[in-house]
Amino acid sequence: MDAIKMIGIVKCFGSVRANDGIDFVVKKQEIHCLLGENGTGKSTLMNILFGLYHPDAGEIFINEEKAQISNPNDAYGKGIGMVHQHFMLVNQLTVLENIILGKEAGNFILNRKESRRNVQELVERFGFQIDLDEKVENLSVGMMQRVEILKTLYRGADIIILDEPTAVLTPQEVDELFKILRQLKSSGKTIIFITHKLNETMSLSDRVTVIRKGKVVFSCDTKDTSEKELATQMVGRQVEEIVAGRDSKPGEVLLELRNVRLHSRAASTVNLKVHAGEILGIAGVDGNGQQELENLITGNQKLTEGELFLYGTNAGPLSIQERKNMGLGYIPSDRHKNAMVSDFSISENFLLGYQDSKEYSKKGLVDYKALAADAQKQVETFEIKVAGIDQQIGQLSGGNQQKVILGREISHDPGVVLVAQPVRGLDIGAIERVHKTLLDLRNQGKAILLISAELSEIMNLSDRIAVLYEGEACAQFENGAYTKEEIGLFMAGKKQEVS
Amino acid sequence: MEIINNFLSLTLQLSVPIVLGALCGTIAERGGVILLGVEGMMLIGAFAGVAGSFFTGSALAGVLFSILLGGLVGWLYALFCLKWKAHQSVVGVGVNLFASGITAVMLKTIWQKEGMSETVASISNLTVPGLSRIPILGALFKDQSPYLYLMFLIVGGVWLVFYRTKYGLRYRAIGDQPYAVQTAGVPVNRYRYTAMIAAGAIAGLAGSYLSISQNNLFVVDMTAGRGFMGLAANIFGGWQPVGSLAAGMVFAVAQSARFYLTDLEIPSQIVQMLPYVVTLLILLFVGKKVKGPEALGKLVN
Amino acid sequence: MKNQKNMTELAKSLAAILLALVIGALFILISGESPLTAYGALLQGALGSPQALANTVSKSIPLAFTGLAVALGSRCGMLNIGAEGQLHAGAMASVLTALWFSFLPAPLLVVVSIAAGIMAGMLVGCVPGIFKAKFNTSEVIVAIMLNYICTLFTSWLVNGPYKVEGSTAQTELIPESIWFGRLLPRTQLTYALPLLILVAVLMYIFLWKTSAGFKLRAVGANPNASRTAGIKVNMYLITSMLLSGGIAALAGVTEVFGKYHRFIEGFSPSFGFTGIAVAILGRNHPAGVMLTAFLFGIMDMGSLRMSRETMVSTNMVTVIQSLVILFVAAPELIKWHKRSRAGRH
Repeated sequence: MDAIKMIGIVKCFGSVRANDGIDFVVKKQEIHCLLGENGTGKSTLMNILFGLYHPDAGEIFINEEKAQISNPNDAYGKGIGMVHQHFMLVNQLTVLENIILGKEAGNFILNRKESRRNVQELVERFGFQIDLDEKVENLSVGMMQRVEILKTLYRGADIIILDEPTAVLTPQEVDELFKILRQLKSSGKTIIFITHKLNETMSLSDRVTVIRKGKVVFSCDTKDTSEKELATQMVGRQVEEIVAGRDSKPGEVLLELRNVRLHSRAASTVNLKVHAGEILGIAGVDGNGQQELENLITGNQKLTEGELFLYGTNAGPLSIQERKNMGLGYIPSDRHKNAMVSDFSISENFLLGYQDSKEYSKKGLVDYKALAADAQKQVETFEIKVAGIDQQIGQLSGGNQQKVILGREISHDPGVVLVAQPVRGLDIGAIERVHKTLLDLRNQGKAILLISAELSEIMNLSDRIAVLYEGEACAQFENGAYTKEEIGLFMAGKKQEVS
Repeated sequence: MEIINNFLSLTLQLSVPIVLGALCGTIAERGGVILLGVEGMMLIGAFAGVAGSFFTGSALAGVLFSILLGGLVGWLYALFCLKWKAHQSVVGVGVNLFASGITAVMLKTIWQKEGMSETVASISNLTVPGLSRIPILGALFKDQSPYLYLMFLIVGGVWLVFYRTKYGLRYRAIGDQPYAVQTAGVPVNRYRYTAMIAAGAIAGLAGSYLSISQNNLFVVDMTAGRGFMGLAANIFGGWQPVGSLAAGMVFAVAQSARFYLTDLEIPSQIVQMLPYVVTLLILLFVGKKVKGPEALGKLVN
Repeated sequence: MKNQKNMTELAKSLAAILLALVIGALFILISGESPLTAYGALLQGALGSPQALANTVSKSIPLAFTGLAVALGSRCGMLNIGAEGQLHAGAMASVLTALWFSFLPAPLLVVVSIAAGIMAGMLVGCVPGIFKAKFNTSEVIVAIMLNYICTLFTSWLVNGPYKVEGSTAQTELIPESIWFGRLLPRTQLTYALPLLILVAVLMYIFLWKTSAGFKLRAVGANPNASRTAGIKVNMYLITSMLLSGGIAALAGVTEVFGKYHRFIEGFSPSFGFTGIAVAILGRNHPAGVMLTAFLFGIMDMGSLRMSRETMVSTNMVTVIQSLVILFVAAPELIKWHKRSRAGRH
């Protein structure tokens, strides 16, 4: 019997079709992996199943009966529970209190004894090791996850969804989690496991469904497929030619990371070098250390292990402003949060970060004439469609905003440029413009570190490629050494062979 | 002995508005709503008590009216903060100013006087025979307003609801992680509205204590900062009902001590300053750890 | 584009004022009077003669100072609820300095006294800022505690060590040589007005013409982007409160130097809190603040005549002002603004 059948699910957020007509079937008492890169629509689909989102079209059948799920209570009523990537736990309360929240025993007066008995029984039945009276804020991450699982079991879930559960776990915690999941399966539960990691999919699941760009592209029994095949399905066939030709030889090393540990769970440190006149592309699924890499290089986060060199100088102890002054341009991945002030005008945004520079600061006063001239020049160079440089930047399209930021950073002629997710949310025209600019910069002799979750972008622009997985650089090579499918394997956990 | 009894008696009398004010803060802020408007809500309650007593001739009617009007103000407060998403601190300031103005205006309208109203029927004090004879503790039962016993009951009630009922458990969680509670299927805003109405009613009650129990008339701005003192007591007491009671008592001790320390010549203003200085020092030294509810001021959809 | 934004902002403020006036009219009706007569008397009282106008402007000055103070803090994302305490501290500090150093020549004495007042305000103002920057505690709670501490402390000073003979709680008069001169005879309008205009202009120049002011505004608009751009966010949080406290102090200083010539208890009818309304209504811009302060000044001045000619209490003006605070603070309430925004997306 099919535990879950989702037919023709469509969900749009604005102009983005997160789920584009998805058919998804999960059999009873199986562990089913939902596999795909970030932003492909897996979480959206499961949030629909759990009642946090409403689908624009499509039907859902639970245990072969049509179901209407409008909120988490409905989902629990149908026996569906979800463990989110970001835990929904109340830190100040105990484990017991968190588990029973919303469905406590007792009518008005809280019946602690009975609640405890119910939970204790669950704990024993599934063999969890947990202290019910410990405050959640004192628990390890692995323990917290167990509380989340217990929550779903307490509410009577027979179908349990886990969204990227191993992102925050140590290898040992991952093993323990898998043990628990197998146990749950054998006691009759159905498990849906969202992930982008191939090794986990192969070792844990009975069946796997691959989603790419909002559509289901592949589905079969795990035993009938291989990591290689799954990786190919995840990233798609390599059709495009590699565009980045080499015009000039790379010069000296302008940016270097030596033995840098990106985060505490990374098993090894990272070594990266970017030369003048070169684009080093960092590939990898979002959440594998890219944000930490950005923060450590710019100075938003302090370096705890390893060294950072800019133009040969140790930049670790330098502040954000000092690194900028040395010649570091930065286009952040989250431009709304980190790169621009929506309420300010285009020219004021052009000033952001450079308000104390020689060009714009005369005796503490802002030289608006010079600023306006530069801003106007950039607007024309990039052909940004604006009503004037006094227009609020928040009113521009994403592509135009990105062009302003790009223009700002490169107008100060930095030797090193750090670009993260440069074309996220941009239309085709803007994408081409941005890519051309990056290639021009490279040809001018700049050292460019390009971080992107879009593998095709990396392959089109980079001279060399490094792949991040769980905070480690699991592969580094010249662009062209591997096919797209092989790189996809790296992104999903396979390590590069050392020849 | 006599002095100790009198001292205790005075302290208890002074503690009522402060403890009740602190409880308002506890109730509202444990659910994540910043409540700066206690002062104003109390003042409206004070006026309502006098007005109710004046028009019906019954002090009890005044008490009821103060509770009702306080609850109404609490509901409006929630409306501004939750539905219309106003800046919560600013709403508090607005409510305080509004209360100060509207009570003075209505004072003039009803009694054609400025400054204070006519006298009205008030709530008389009680003395419990027998128990009042006990040394020291007898002060609790001798010539005290029934509000005092109500205060203890309310503290107990709040404690019970917070820690022994399932609604209290959910409500406390809302102040820390409203999204988690929402995903557990609890209607967060409904709980907040209920809490604000309760806090408003208690504030109204506290106000009427000042006007028709301790006195028998309304004086302009008669709350005189006791609402804010209550807020300080709430912080001092760690956002807990029993903590509010204890902190309120401590502040009341400081206030009544000034009458007995006339020999030491500590000016009344300095004594009045103490609760605020102490709270400030607490915030300074225990700063990072004295955190209120984590989600103070955060709204959910 | 900037004009369209300014227009919507202006409209929001006007809507709040209108709504408050309507509800005020309702209360006036309840009290048995005609709103038209009452509002008419109010306008007459405030603007009916040159003397009245001058006094209206004079009444607006302390509100404008506290409004500017709150506006400056808000530009950096900090709500300065402590203006009331800061203006008390400033007033007392300036008066005491004038009394202690009365032997100094008048021009020097004026400068030193005003500087003392400003510094007192800065001292009180920076405490909430430091708390917010270092401990991330709400600047609001700390400021409220300080409000009470400052008002009670100054109250003690004026009732105790520095009290003069008599029943009123007031200090000695400061030397007549440093009293602010009147701009118009037989009115209360003094040189406090040019001082206000100077401060407003300086604030405008600081915020929109200097790079430090730019950084302060950036921190208020998007602290994350500012930090990523290399701006020292914490420093600006504290600086904004420091400056805000100094400006708020001037509200107190100008009242004691221009109007009363001494520190007298109760000289501030909640200037600090009304300043919050003025700042919000004035959209945190010096020009808007001055305009709104003038509007509130009209209400304050006119209320005297209104209470003489009708039975409406002067406190009705407080009611209307508080309603304005409530309505202008509630973004969702002014719904038509939402509709006009929806069209853009």
